[in-house]
Amino acid sequence: MHDLSATPTLGLEWLHASGPHSDVVLSTRVRLARNLQGYPFSIRAKPADRDAILSTVRGIVARDGMLKDAWVLPVRELQRTDRRLLLERHLVSRELVNEATGEPPLASALILSGQQPVGCMVNEEDHLRLQAILSGFQPVECWKLADRLDEEMGAHVPLAFHHEFGYLTSCPTNCGTGLRASVLIHLPGLVLTKEIHKVLHGLTQVGLTFRGLYGEGSEVVGNFFQISNQTTLGKSEEDLIDHLQKMVRQVIEYEVRARSILVRDAPSVIEDKVWRAYGILRYARSLSFEEVMNLLSGVRLGLSLKLLPGPSVYTLNKLMIFAQNAHVERLAGQALPPAELDVHRAAYVRQVLAEEEAGRGA
Amino acid sequence: MVCDNCHEHEAEIHLTQIVNNEMTTLHLCARCAAEKGVQAATPAQLPLTGFLAQMGKGLGGDVEAGAGGPCSFCGTTVEDFRRTGRLGCPHCYSVYEPQLRGILRRIHGSTQHVGKVYLPPEAEEADRTARLTGLRRKLQRAVEAEDFERAAQIRDQIRALEASINA
Repeated sequence: MHDLSATPTLGLEWLHASGPHSDVVLSTRVRLARNLQGYPFSIRAKPADRDAILSTVRGIVARDGMLKDAWVLPVRELQRTDRRLLLERHLVSRELVNEATGEPPLASALILSGQQPVGCMVNEEDHLRLQAILSGFQPVECWKLADRLDEEMGAHVPLAFHHEFGYLTSCPTNCGTGLRASVLIHLPGLVLTKEIHKVLHGLTQVGLTFRGLYGEGSEVVGNFFQISNQTTLGKSEEDLIDHLQKMVRQVIEYEVRARSILVRDAPSVIEDKVWRAYGILRYARSLSFEEVMNLLSGVRLGLSLKLLPGPSVYTLNKLMIFAQNAHVERLAGQALPPAELDVHRAAYVRQVLAEEEAGRGA
Repeated sequence: MVCDNCHEHEAEIHLTQIVNNEMTTLHLCARCAAEKGVQAATPAQLPLTGFLAQMGKGLGGDVEAGAGGPCSFCGTTVEDFRRTGRLGCPHCYSVYEPQLRGILRRIHGSTQHVGKVYLPPEAEEADRTARLTGLRRKLQRAVEAEDFERAAQIRDQIRALEASINA
């Protein structure tokens, strides 16, 4: 049985908020869907196929390359809390851990490099979902990392490729490049000025799509959105990345403008809003995760507008991940009923913010 | 909620304004809103739901029209594909090729992959030539984008590949 408690920040390098535009874009990720030649796709794969695919990937990990000495985490060998932990860190999909029925699929695994911000899901909807994740807004760099990983994998094991349809995937919506580039972006300015629908609608007109924090079908909480490319075939990887980059850059500009309009036209309303958000986070005795997310959104806005002296963006990123249910339970060392969960969550948030204040000498 | 203006009809449009640092919200019926020149912002539809629903319909219709299959490699039938929206194996792409073209065109606006060309571990001459064409396309792209570091890398890849073809 693997135990993740030895690596409390596994897969969370992007929290450091070191990338460009970190005050608006939290992270950029690129994933490539790939399938091994000679096996049915996951939906049709037999247990022996799934085992063979995982052991092939293990063979690659053992070689000298980007995944050298990477963590290989077969989902079935993880405790349930750890599976939820990885889900909350966006490192695995719901499909990979099969949260719905509880029993994770056979030979599904997460491979995670300890050296570089790259990894791979094995036996998900496709045999391989290669992924790279970086802090802030860095689509080109992220694509370069994913591309390198793809070249390495593809040189060791034959992948399913078609001269017309490109890389073949289980769902025809992913074939061609198999590339999905997405940015996790915080847009409180556009939400508060009620411009958000226009902007999101505009994105759908230019081949991009948006989702909530946890991907497909999830709700938008705390004004966080994921923007990604909608199509994968008929354009080169560079063109897809370039297009996303240009469009998101515009969204960032709109957001920055909306924020400055808010401060210009309603400074006291905004200042009150962000300080209230901070005050509740700092002193509340019970907080639901959704409430935390909404309050963090307010504090993040206040920070970027220099209305608050702290905390750092890193701390806000950290709270966003570590104040989630599985993370709070891990800290408490036990499963908690909802009411107690909220009490523990509030205590954790208070403690982190108090430490920050002490550090700033506030 | 009744319209703030005529106090007769049901309010459908809710206008929030910030004037002189004060936020006001006005609830208007469609007619009064039109009179005041207020246009309702169309709420952005969740693109994915509509998209998938549309795709589901498309998949069914198209595949039924000239159904081939089942796939001789994995046994996926038209019915399976229609139900799950997923193909069973790489071979399915050949079995359902004519129908897939229509589906792909509708989803992606194209059927022709123009991204990187895969070079399998035991590549044949045709694989190498195709890869070379793909790399030259990438090189041109990198030069246009003035990404000279990447261009240099691609040029190295092209040279290595050319050498292996001539060898």
